[in-house]
Amino acid sequence: MPLPFVFGRGAPVNLPVSQQITVSAPEAGITLSTEKLSVPAGQPDVSREHGSVGIVVPRQHTFREPLELACGRTLNEYTLVYETYGSLNADRSNAVLICHALSGHHHAAGYHSEDDKRPGWWDNYIGPGKPIDTDRFFVVSLNNLGGCHGSTGPASINPDTGGPWGPDFPRLRVRDWVHSQARLADLLGIEQWAAVIGGSLGGMQAMRWSLEYPDRLRHCVVIASAMKLSAQNIAFNETARQAITSDPDFCDGRYLDKGRLPRRGLAVARMIGHITYLSDDGLGKKFGRELRSGTFERGVEEEVEFQVQSYLRHQGDSFSGSFDPNTYILMTRALDYFDLAREYGDDPVAAFSHACCRFMLISFTSDWRFAPERSREIADALMHANLPVSYAEIESSMGHDAFLLPNNRYRRVFDAYMKRVAAECTAGVAP
Amino acid sequence: MRVDLDVIQNWISPKSRVLDLGCGDGMLLEQLGRNKQVSGYGLEIDPEQIERCVARGVNVVEQNLDAGLGNFADDSFDTVVMTQALQTLRQPHLVVQEMLRVGRECIITFPNFGQWRARWHLAVSGRMPVSDLLPYEWYDTPNIHFCTFRDFDLLCRERGWTILHRQVVSETAIGVAMKDFLPNLFGETAIYHLTR
Repeated sequence: MPLPFVFGRGAPVNLPVSQQITVSAPEAGITLSTEKLSVPAGQPDVSREHGSVGIVVPRQHTFREPLELACGRTLNEYTLVYETYGSLNADRSNAVLICHALSGHHHAAGYHSEDDKRPGWWDNYIGPGKPIDTDRFFVVSLNNLGGCHGSTGPASINPDTGGPWGPDFPRLRVRDWVHSQARLADLLGIEQWAAVIGGSLGGMQAMRWSLEYPDRLRHCVVIASAMKLSAQNIAFNETARQAITSDPDFCDGRYLDKGRLPRRGLAVARMIGHITYLSDDGLGKKFGRELRSGTFERGVEEEVEFQVQSYLRHQGDSFSGSFDPNTYILMTRALDYFDLAREYGDDPVAAFSHACCRFMLISFTSDWRFAPERSREIADALMHANLPVSYAEIESSMGHDAFLLPNNRYRRVFDAYMKRVAAECTAGVAP
Repeated sequence: MRVDLDVIQNWISPKSRVLDLGCGDGMLLEQLGRNKQVSGYGLEIDPEQIERCVARGVNVVEQNLDAGLGNFADDSFDTVVMTQALQTLRQPHLVVQEMLRVGRECIITFPNFGQWRARWHLAVSGRMPVSDLLPYEWYDTPNIHFCTFRDFDLLCRERGWTILHRQVVSETAIGVAMKDFLPNLFGETAIYHLTR
């Protein structure tokens, strides 16, 4: 049976039988289906109404060719879960890879069901008529290796022991993700991406792509990212990890074996992260000193709770119920370890001299974890390496999270760039 | 195409590397890329202009010229161009100095405040000149450092910069006819081609 590859508009692309997808036991509770969901008669088609890709269904593939990792260990087999939006054109030149950030996953756009309240994490920018226009591009978005949304990770079963990997799961680096993403590209018959796009940790993957597989992408879009983390950034990540590991339920990372979950630790880790992903100004505008309960009235002894407290606790609690603590540790470590130029004599210009694609960089003024200075460093290195690059610094009070949120200027410049990328695809620049 | 941009193209060698300060909508770099296979970057701070550059596929980097060019190495470009931006800078002389460090040559164009109409405006009405090219009132203008064709000549002499070419352009009939005889009086736009 030919596999439908399209969940938005346009004609489905069928893969040869040899490339059909192996569906193995679903992990992390994701229901998989190879059937295209059609919109029931009489119901509005969301994809046409709101620039949404509509209902999407994740798929997964188990790769049986061993993957050698940067740490020296090998994963003999692993599963990647992914979604695709739009349709691959005849010369397979319009594929775009989305690389997710720390807590992201494959569900970047659209909805999983009719009752789904929230769309994918980058739905603001992926969909028909949006910058990553699914009427023009074939968009691939995966859950990275080590993740906890269906791809093989610390919460998966270690075939050697029959129990969860837990802390024994290999420590991954950004390059391991890039290599596994290249395998996914092979599977989908994509020789060269029109663009590899990522924000934050995803931007690091996009940049690593440009060095590891220079011939396999034409454009690299790096948003709110950095060539390496600063000491302050690593310090925040370490504090978050300490919050998790010092939770009595962490059990040296073997909490799943013991039927426990360090939820409080993970919630605190997320709260720390969340504060730093927003800005002082942004939090101030959103909550100020507004009270949720209690009073400062003289003579009244009643506990006061600020709105921001309850907001943060909610963020922490909802996250800790849906994310694997070992994955959080793994992802923050990958962030810390990433250093684009380490193996190029610590010279970013020397590093980028291996790249040959065009670059678009975007940063946000109030982002203090991936500050505009970090993006300017990337732009400088690229200009020194004589590579095509454009850079826009977007005014925003939303901190690091700005890359996920609606912003008029961000959308316009991103859209202008992606329209150029799309124009090349239809002009048949790709081989 | 603006007249000053036409002149500039003749002074830039094919396949050279160009940095365009205050590149606007990127038209010069686009033309240079198409006609002379020139590669390079534009620096700009206006969001709408940056978007226009991106839309036409011109490399544009958001950077404030008043903060200098410290991120560029010595001699990293063949030519550094700055059209109609000199008068908006806080310290124009320092930026030109930087242009000559970063590029082997530099080309600068600016509105000539010595042109007869500006002089007439000030002399007769006693008010700061406002024209099509400079449509701002004195209090809201981004143009904070006006100079004349002759003023810039003196700056070059003081600083020891070598003038490779200098000329003025005009779009009015009288200006075109008279500009070669009395450039400071009839040139609307001054163009300087400098090296160290």
